[in-house]
Amino acid sequence: MKIVVTVKQVPDPNATQGLESDNTIARDREVVLDPGDEYGIEEGLVLKEAQGGEVILVSMGPERARDAIRKGLSMGADRGILITDEQLAGADALLTAKALAAAIKAESPDLVICATESYDGSTGMVPPMLAELLDMPQLTTAKQVEVSGSKVTIHRQTEDGYQVVEAETPALVTVTAGIAEPRYASLKGIMAARSKEVKQVGLSDLGIEKGEAAETVLAVNDAEARQAGEVVEDDGSVGVEKIMAVLQTAKVV
Amino acid sequence: MDFALTDLQRSLREEVLALGKRFPLDWWAERDRAGEYPWEFVRACAERGWLGLVVPESYGGAGLGISEAAVLLHAVGETGAGLSGASAVHFYVFPITPVIRHGSEALKQDVLPRAAQGELLTAFGVTEPTAGTDTSRIETRAERQGGRWLINGQKVWTTNAQNAAKILLLTRTSPRDDAAPFEGMTLFLADLDRDACEVRRIEKLGRAAVDSNEVFIHDLVATDEQVVGEVGRGFQHLLDGLNPERIVIGMEACGIGRAALRLASAYARERVVFDRPIGANQAVAHPLARAWADLEAAELVGMKAAWLYDQGRPCGLEANTAKLLGADAGFAACDAALQAHGGFGYAREYHVERLWREVRLARIAPISQEMVLNFLAQRALNLPRSY
Ligand SMILES: Cc1cc2nc3c(=O)[nH]c(=O)nc-3n(C[C@H](O)[C@H](O)[C@H](O)COP(=O)(O)OP(=O)(O)OC[C@H]3O[C@@H](n4cnc5c(N)ncnc54)[C@H](O)[C@@H]3O)c2cc1C
Ligand SMILES: Cc1cc2nc3c(=O)[nH]c(=O)nc-3n(C[C@H](O)[C@H](O)[C@H](O)COP(=O)(O)OP(=O)(O)OC[C@H]3O[C@@H](n4cnc5c(N)ncnc54)[C@H](O)[C@@H]3O)c2cc1C
Repeated sequence: MKIVVTVKQVPDPNATQGLESDNTIARDREVVLDPGDEYGIEEGLVLKEAQGGEVILVSMGPERARDAIRKGLSMGADRGILITDEQLAGADALLTAKALAAAIKAESPDLVICATESYDGSTGMVPPMLAELLDMPQLTTAKQVEVSGSKVTIHRQTEDGYQVVEAETPALVTVTAGIAEPRYASLKGIMAARSKEVKQVGLSDLGIEKGEAAETVLAVNDAEARQAGEVVEDDGSVGVEKIMAVLQTAKVV
Repeated sequence: MDFALTDLQRSLREEVLALGKRFPLDWWAERDRAGEYPWEFVRACAERGWLGLVVPESYGGAGLGISEAAVLLHAVGETGAGLSGASAVHFYVFPITPVIRHGSEALKQDVLPRAAQGELLTAFGVTEPTAGTDTSRIETRAERQGGRWLINGQKVWTTNAQNAAKILLLTRTSPRDDAAPFEGMTLFLADLDRDACEVRRIEKLGRAAVDSNEVFIHDLVATDEQVVGEVGRGFQHLLDGLNPERIVIGMEACGIGRAALRLASAYARERVVFDRPIGANQAVAHPLARAWADLEAAELVGMKAAWLYDQGRPCGLEANTAKLLGADAGFAACDAALQAHGGFGYAREYHVERLWREVRLARIAPISQEMVLNFLAQRALNLPRSY
């Protein structure tokens, strides 16, 4: 089975975050492989170990996004493709999806695994767009994935349980954080990664053009601060009534 | 000139820092309080293959160099594990180096694969009550009797002796000769047989998690296979391992300094006194900035010394300089960090005091700052030998 996992490099979640003047995410700081994508890699490796095959990592980003791929190769993935091009700087979700789709199409994978949303942009739009561009069914927010023959079945996380959803391969699956504990890269894995191939491609190699941005971030506002709650002092006599009054005003009882 | 870490070194560093998140400061504080060996941490390091870092691949290790060991141990320090973490790893990696270079094939086959897996903890028995800085004064004797060796004497500061299965022991096999004081010593990788060795833990300033001990040795039996290298050349065999160890100790101290600075700068940004963060006062900021700069410099010498060693070039001056500057910079950083914390720096809860206590060791062991300067004066400046 040929599995592609998309991996994005994002600003380190443990470091301070910031935006540039044009509302793009400041990337002049420590970057890491998106922790969400570690789950995708783990799931890819688990499936490969069970069924044989190959795990290919695809990332779009600046030259240093190679580090995100290297991390996945150290965990055990087989090879990587880095899409990098000056014209891709500040790409929106659609252009990101187009570039990823072009690189992935050339590999004709059986399964594409993405995280549900990225840590930084977190639009969650790349995977659905990618599925459309690749003409694959998409199975989203999987907390469990099984592949048998040409059928992929997932447990799809919902608010009150899960749905069992299946599709024919080739298919695209987005995974959630709970799916499997990402493995660490052992020293042997790190050493093996040194000789694994990372192919670098640009827009012209992929035969796509930049085009107009489909999405622009107009403004970024801080989330509204939570209002202070109402404190009900209970001296043992009035607490219950006061709470009932509050609940009735809020129309929850 | 290329100052960049290799991909492998960067990956290794990232993995160490990631593991550090699973062993937070409070975990180490508890090991320190209870004087408990950090087994769980050591096992995690073993699983990741780090303990076999310098063991050749043909014996199940990774066969990497001192540059990688320096990056590894620096990063362990940087996680906040302090010397409790760094020494735990260090004492798997270093006591075994004379065996890699000078051990017989049988000895290597016997110990290296287990060492690489982290299944063999080795104590390091060189220092004696009457022989610290001047190793030629050791009195522990090994005598041949009926086809085997009988060892008698006493060691002090022997790290890991509470749990170790083996002990790297430096002994006298011929009496000290003033004309050639460093000849006539023999190195053994002996079993730490508890019937022949009484081990008494030393209460010490810091690093309670990793024990150091007095070891009283009475008729410990060793075989010819357990002799490391040549009989009578033990000190020389030990010497090749000293430069790498000094490089790495310096880097451990720098890593600990980095951890202290991280804590101190976070604290100095947040602690408000006289209506402003204390970090806005240059009297608080400058010592931290100075410490940062000193760490940068010490790390550069450390990595240069490691590079020289890995290239097979002479590195005595640089290795000793790395240990000197690393130990001073690491301690200065911890001290500045402690001061920036004010009274809270003295409280266990803020962790800096543990780092401060632990890093202090690097100025004493494995070689004192004074002896490093003696060496540099003699070898770099061609001044008369003073020891
Ligand atoms: C305020 C704001 C600022 C932004 N600033 C920037 C910016 O400076 N630079 C920039 O590139 N984007 C920026 N974006 C995001 C940009 O608009 C696109 O949304 C982004 O390129 C991809 O979308 P996402 O990160 O939301 O991915 P999502 O759709 O949330 O990603 C889901 C999954 O798709 C995969 N994926 C997504 N992107 C990639 C990739 N590049 N390579 C490999 N796999 C990928 C990963 O598996 C990821 O987990 C910004 C978005 C916002 C809201
Ligand atoms: C926690 C800890 C762990 C240790 N672990 C080990 C271990 O695992 N195995 C092991 O073998 N040893 C170990 N040691 C021992 C350590 O290597 C020695 O303590 C160190 O080498 C110094 O020796 P000493 O204590 O005998 O000092 P001494 O030799 O007594 O020296 C005392 C002081 O005098 C100074 N001095 C002596 N002569 C001169 C001179 N000519 N010029 C200038 N100054 C001089 C020294 O620098 C030092 O400051 C450990 C020590 C500690 C504290």
